[in-house]
Amino acid sequence: MRSNGPRLAAIALAIVVIAVLPAIAPSFIVFDFIFVAAYAIAILGLIVLTGMNGQISLGHGAFMALGGYVAAVLAHNAGWPYWIGVPLAAVASGAFGILIGLIALRLAGVYLALATFSLAVATPSFLKHFKSVTGGFGGLSLDTVKAPGWFPLDAQNWLYYVAWAVTGVVFLLSALLVQGKFGRALRALRDNPIAAVSFGVNPYYYKTLAFGWSAVLAGIGGAFLAMATAYVSPDTFTFALSITLLIGAVLGGILTFWGALVGAIVVEFLPFVAQKINAGAPGVVYGVALILMMLFVPDGIVGGLQRLVRGLIGQPQLQPALEPTVPPAASIAVDQPSRE
Amino acid sequence: MASLLEVRGLTIRFGGITALNDVSFDVAEGHIAGLIGPNGAGKTTCFNCITRLYQPSSGQVVFQGDDLLRCAPQQIAGKRIARTFQNVALFDHMTTLDNVLVGGHARFPSGLAGRQFEAQARAEALEILDRLGMAQCAGRPVRGLPFGTRKSVELARALMAKPVLLLLDEPAAGLSHEEVAQLGTTIKRVAVEFETTILMVEHHMQLVMSVSDHIIVLASGRKLADGTPEIVQQNPAVIEAYLGTV
Repeated sequence: MRSNGPRLAAIALAIVVIAVLPAIAPSFIVFDFIFVAAYAIAILGLIVLTGMNGQISLGHGAFMALGGYVAAVLAHNAGWPYWIGVPLAAVASGAFGILIGLIALRLAGVYLALATFSLAVATPSFLKHFKSVTGGFGGLSLDTVKAPGWFPLDAQNWLYYVAWAVTGVVFLLSALLVQGKFGRALRALRDNPIAAVSFGVNPYYYKTLAFGWSAVLAGIGGAFLAMATAYVSPDTFTFALSITLLIGAVLGGILTFWGALVGAIVVEFLPFVAQKINAGAPGVVYGVALILMMLFVPDGIVGGLQRLVRGLIGQPQLQPALEPTVPPAASIAVDQPSRE
Repeated sequence: MASLLEVRGLTIRFGGITALNDVSFDVAEGHIAGLIGPNGAGKTTCFNCITRLYQPSSGQVVFQGDDLLRCAPQQIAGKRIARTFQNVALFDHMTTLDNVLVGGHARFPSGLAGRQFEAQARAEALEILDRLGMAQCAGRPVRGLPFGTRKSVELARALMAKPVLLLLDEPAAGLSHEEVAQLGTTIKRVAVEFETTILMVEHHMQLVMSVSDHIIVLASGRKLADGTPEIVQQNPAVIEAYLGTV
């Protein structure tokens, strides 16, 4: 049995870093970290769905789009405040997620990946088509989020703290959800559906709920993305966003919630770093970085760090160091970069 | 003795092949029953019909008066029927303890109401592991375990379902001599200690004959014989099916 000590210490450290960041980091970094929060929430959704339940989604950008647009349309067209808009974005995205989850029951592995991918590809066209609601090509501009009078800092800091408070809440709720029986049922269905069903795990119930909750998270992430940019457009939610989310989940570590946090930081900052290393071909640097990470930390950055820490404090390794702990369904995504 | 499980006229076809053809047998409560037969006889197919992984073309499977063919596969565990698999079907990325806990999935309520049972479930799972001599494996991921231990984890998982009927699909396959000898004792002990009826598919004749109260012989999808080990062993049709005709 592992003790909870290191985990609690890591959580405490993460909370402290997030709390003091606006005081020590320049304003543009704080701004970037609002995006990190939005990505972390959405990637957490993928970790619950793909990492824990084995359902691959290449279309989570579509749920972010739905969440982002619901929050934006309610604010722009109806003038509703965000504290109503974001929960409604979550509800709408969750309902759509359950619908897609019901369809996903009939599809497995790569077929599900392709079906969700088509969802991501269709999203921009869909958004452009319904001009009267979505603003079409041009999207919708929003008022920037304002801080309440009692808040001592500026509006950007307000949004930063709100985004991270919400991140904390959804991480906690997700942790409670996947604890115990529910989480075991999700993972059992991922590892061996026939055995799981034979012991009474209802695949329809658990897989649909996993999809629904995953979409709730993506919707909330999308709403914060919209609030952070104060703008939504079809170009915000292209299929590349969906791929970015999966990259974040796999690079961060798809089997642990920490993977969402680390993955979000990577997808937010890796493009900038790539740009700095070689301004001419940032895509190449980005790609090479991805391949190297897949080779050397196949179980994600968090998995690699856990092995490193265990090695340093002399604890026995839980698994052979070179073998990835990626579930069978998710390993498709991991295999691709190394394929010839 | 009362029948716990009644299989009546079970027939299943896959394309043009009739895997089971009008098979009927009973398993009496408290018995250890052996289901034997040459490869391809339809033994595992029979298990898969009982646990509803397959839909028979015709026939009936009645368990404690309930028609099992009306149940969905995920409802079988709730009837207190648990099984192991021929090819060891564990949840590879989970720990031994979590594997066993999934075995109790149908016994405890879901959602918030189920939370209060988590500690009880854990204690029970640990106790089962302890009784099977595997307490030290509880926190380890199952995929690193040796084959024999993995089979024991499957047994522990099935016992966690508190089965009235336990289906064992080739429990001896792949085990060493010593492990097989041990297995006979374990199966008898489990039947008594966990108060369960056992139906087992097995190729290891010595094991089957020594632990079974009752044996059903299948060959090419049909029932050849049915009775005590002594009677079955002397049945000319059984001897022929096993030795083959020249």
